[in-house]
Amino acid sequence: MITRRKILKSLGATALAVPALSMPLVARAQGAAGRVVVVGGGFGGATAAKYIKRRNPDIAVTLVEANSRFYTCPFSNLYLGGLRDFESIGHSYDELTGDYGVELVTGWAQDVDGDAHTLTLASGDVLEYDKLVLSPGIDIRWGAIEGYDEAAAELVPHAWKAGPQTRLLREQLEAMEDGGTFILSAPDNPFRCPPGPYERVSLIANYFKTNKPNSKIIILDAKDNFSKQGLFQAGWEALYGDMIEWVSLSNDGRVVRVDAEAREVETEFGVIHKADVLNVVPPQKAGAIADAAGVTNEGGWAPVDPVTFESRLVPDIHVIGDASVAAPMPKSGFSANAQGKVAAAAIVAAFAGEEPSEPSWANTCYSLIGPEYGISVANVYKVVDGEVVVADGGGVSPADADAEFRRREAVYAEGWYDAIANDTWGTVA
Amino acid sequence: MRTQPIMAALFAASVIGFGLAGAVKADSDITVLAGTCYNCHGTEGRSPGSIPSIAGQPYAVLLAQLQAFKAGEARNATVMSRLATGYTDEELEALARYFSEQ
Repeated sequence: MITRRKILKSLGATALAVPALSMPLVARAQGAAGRVVVVGGGFGGATAAKYIKRRNPDIAVTLVEANSRFYTCPFSNLYLGGLRDFESIGHSYDELTGDYGVELVTGWAQDVDGDAHTLTLASGDVLEYDKLVLSPGIDIRWGAIEGYDEAAAELVPHAWKAGPQTRLLREQLEAMEDGGTFILSAPDNPFRCPPGPYERVSLIANYFKTNKPNSKIIILDAKDNFSKQGLFQAGWEALYGDMIEWVSLSNDGRVVRVDAEAREVETEFGVIHKADVLNVVPPQKAGAIADAAGVTNEGGWAPVDPVTFESRLVPDIHVIGDASVAAPMPKSGFSANAQGKVAAAAIVAAFAGEEPSEPSWANTCYSLIGPEYGISVANVYKVVDGEVVVADGGGVSPADADAEFRRREAVYAEGWYDAIANDTWGTVA
Repeated sequence: MRTQPIMAALFAASVIGFGLAGAVKADSDITVLAGTCYNCHGTEGRSPGSIPSIAGQPYAVLLAQLQAFKAGEARNATVMSRLATGYTDEELEALARYFSEQ
C-alpha cells in the first residue's frame, strides 16, 4: 500500500527533478510521481495498472471498472460447452488493490475532457489524470443488423462480453431439445477474438455430441474465410462428423435481419433460417468511452502510436486492447495484456523524462476444438517505420500433427489461461 | 519563484512528448521484451500452470533451447518453434540471460 507519508516523501525527492510531465501543477502535487487513471479492468487495463505499479510504485494509479469481478471471454466457450463452471472464469481486483496499491473505483466512465485531463464518471465524480489509459474493450453496434438491439439481445444473446449474456446462452443450450438447431451468426472483420466463434461452435458441438447427439449447428458467416480455418474444419470433421455446417459470405452467409421473438435470421439473399438457439455475434466497435474521449476513427476504433499505444488523436490518452487499432495483432486478451505492459513501460518512461523502449509483443491464440484437441496461432510482432508488423516465422499449428500434439496444445491452452490470469489479476487457479 | 521555469518546462515537454511519438531509446529495456513471455510462462517466468517455468534455468540451457526452437530442431515443440523465429539471435540471448537471472 502507498501511504501518505511515502507519497510525500517521493514527491519531495522527485517532483522537481522530473520535467517531462504535461499536466497542471495542482494535479502533480496530489499525484506524487504522476497520476494515471485506467478505465477497464480486463486483460489490458488490469495489466497496465499492475505493471505501472511494478515499475514505479510512486505513481498513483486509479482503476475505474464497472463491475467488482471480471469474467473473461477467453474460456467462456468452455463454460458454454459445460466444461467449466462460471466462477472459474471470474477474477477479482484483490491483488491490484492489496498488493500493488491501485485505487479501485467501481463505476462507469462517462466522459473525458482531453484538454482539462479529466475523466467524469456516471456518478458525477471527476478524476484528474496526467495520463489516461483506456481499455474499454468492445461495444456492440446495435442496429447494424436490422432487429438486433439491446432488447433483442435479452432473447437472442451475443455472449460476446462475458457475464449475464454468457449465462443466458448456456441456459438456452441446456434447455434445447435433442435434435434442435443452434445457429451462430459471425461478423466480418475486425472483431474481438477472431477464432472465438469457431471455438464456440466446437465446444457446443462437444456438448451436443454427448448430450443431444441429433442436434445440428450452422454458422452463418459474413466472411469467406476465418482464423485457423483449415484446422477448425479438419477438427470438426474428425470429432463431430457433419454436425457443424459453415455457410460462407459467398454462399449467402451474411445475416442482415434478426427476428428475436421467432429466433429467425434472414441472410442477404432473403433466405430465412430458423433456430432453436440463436447466437448473434454482431458487428463491434471500441467501447463507448473511447468515442467520448474523441480517440476513435471513422471505423469506430482507436488509432494509436504502436510504440506507446498513445492515441494518435488526443495526447496523454493511451488506448490498449480490443478498442485500439493494432492490426496485424488480433483483438485478443493476450494482445491486450501485452499492449498493457508496453503502454505501462512507456508511461513510466514518460514520467521519468525518458524515451520509450522498443516494443515487442507475442500473441498466441489457443482454441479448443474438443477437450483434448487444441490448436493455436502464434506470432511475434514488432514496430517497423511506425507500424506494427509480423516478425519472421509464426503461424498456425501444423495441419498434419498427430493426436498427441493436439492433446498437448489443449493442455497448454489451460496453462496459458492459468498464466495470463495470474499475470493480469493475480488469480491462483 | 520557481513556478515560471517549471511551467515552461512542462509546456515544452508536453509538445515535444507528443511530437516525437515513435522515437525509442537506443538501449532497450529487456523487461519490455520479456514481458510478453509472462503470458504463458508466468510472471517473470514462474509458471502457475502446465506450461514450463523458465525462471532461474541456467543461461546455457535456455539459450540452447531457444536456438533449437528457432532452428526447428527442438523435440516436442508446439508454439515455441513458431515464436522463436520472430526474434534475432541477440534478442534470444538477452531473453535467456534475463530469465536465467530471475
